[in-house]
Amino acid sequence: MKFIDEFRDPAAVRALVEKIRRDAGDPPMRLMEVCGTHTASIARSGLRSLLSGAVSLVSGPGCPVCVTPDGYVDAAIALGHKPGITLTSFGDMLRVPGKRSTLEKERAKGIDVRVVYSPLDAVALAAAEPDREIVFLGVGFETTAPAIGGAIRTASDRKLKNFSVLPSVRTIPEAMAILARDPEIRIEGFLCPGHVSVVIGTQPYEELASKHHIPCVVCGFEPLDILLAVSMLLRQKKEGAARVENAYPRGVAPEGNRKAREVIAEVFAPCDTGWRGIGVIPGSGLRISDRYAAFDAERKHGVPVIFAMEDTPCRCGDVLKGKILPPECPLFGKACVPEEPVGPCMVSTEGTCAAYYKYGGGLR
Amino acid sequence: MCLAIPAKVLSIEGDNAMIELGGTQREASLMLLEGVSVGDWVIVHAGFAIEKLSEEDAAQTFALLKEIMESGSDEVH
Repeated sequence: MKFIDEFRDPAAVRALVEKIRRDAGDPPMRLMEVCGTHTASIARSGLRSLLSGAVSLVSGPGCPVCVTPDGYVDAAIALGHKPGITLTSFGDMLRVPGKRSTLEKERAKGIDVRVVYSPLDAVALAAAEPDREIVFLGVGFETTAPAIGGAIRTASDRKLKNFSVLPSVRTIPEAMAILARDPEIRIEGFLCPGHVSVVIGTQPYEELASKHHIPCVVCGFEPLDILLAVSMLLRQKKEGAARVENAYPRGVAPEGNRKAREVIAEVFAPCDTGWRGIGVIPGSGLRISDRYAAFDAERKHGVPVIFAMEDTPCRCGDVLKGKILPPECPLFGKACVPEEPVGPCMVSTEGTCAAYYKYGGGLR
Repeated sequence: MCLAIPAKVLSIEGDNAMIELGGTQREASLMLLEGVSVGDWVIVHAGFAIEKLSEEDAAQTFALLKEIMESGSDEVH
């Protein structure tokens, strides 16, 4: 397929792996990817094993579903039980556990939950079913925020009174800064998320590189993209440098997507927010701006999202911070499997635990 | 859910495009992207085109690959 196959060329992958192994120092450079699609791609293509001993790849909080707190799921379930409400959601939210239940289990009990591909599908549903209140579960990072914002703007333009969004939108650079400061994690380089960067560009990583002296390379999603980013990070380490580089120029312009950022700035406002397993990170969330308050399900329906750190043997929090690998969690593969996930990292196909369960982790 | 893959623009009507995504056709909004034409390749995420792709941009990645492959390695002991 165009723009994909050429970035999977096995001969080039082999040559690049060999170069990385030649260039690697001892101990292996410790790199974190903060994007669920990177996590899944690394696992699927076996890169962690291919690079073992040369670089150590740890996964960060890269899946928006994984870091959505259980309080959000509880609020969504409470909304779903109100009469006349239809919930619409991306599919991978359905099995994410709240405190006591999941949207999937509640759907079996009768609440109306429909899976949509795009937030615009939820707007179309609101237009088609004016007697029902359509609530979209707006979960995502900067990649998804413009789509959610675009849907809210569309609903506003069409003067729809029966559409709202329960927001759970997070921004990545603030979380990366928290992880960069954590001495237990010891990150020496970041593989910056490609599609978040399509929107935000490369500038937001500058502070990470300069203040925390951590090399940052924006990374695409095919095996060659990831290996290229890894080699660029190794080169920076060798030079003693910490700068922001772009290994995904076909997707990411340095200034990002201006139009998408304008939609975010119009529809959302920054706020503090809680990340499952990590805690509250100041300034890392996006709430719906007062201008669009009529489309904020939390305010419209009086169902607040309450954040509290979970008290559970599930160690997804430590997995999300790169402190442990999934098999080190006592529940992994036993009480917690993809068919019956306990923690959010086992739910989504982009979750670290699910990727390890499906493809194996290889050596660290 | 953050999956976003290259798609080809087949037709455009106002702010909407029909795209071909991995062998299937579906609609995508062009609300977030300026200057899209029929035949362009775009990255589509959650029903929205968020960036254009071009041969030149892809070639830049290969130039980076070439540069890194040709840069010197540490001596093998």
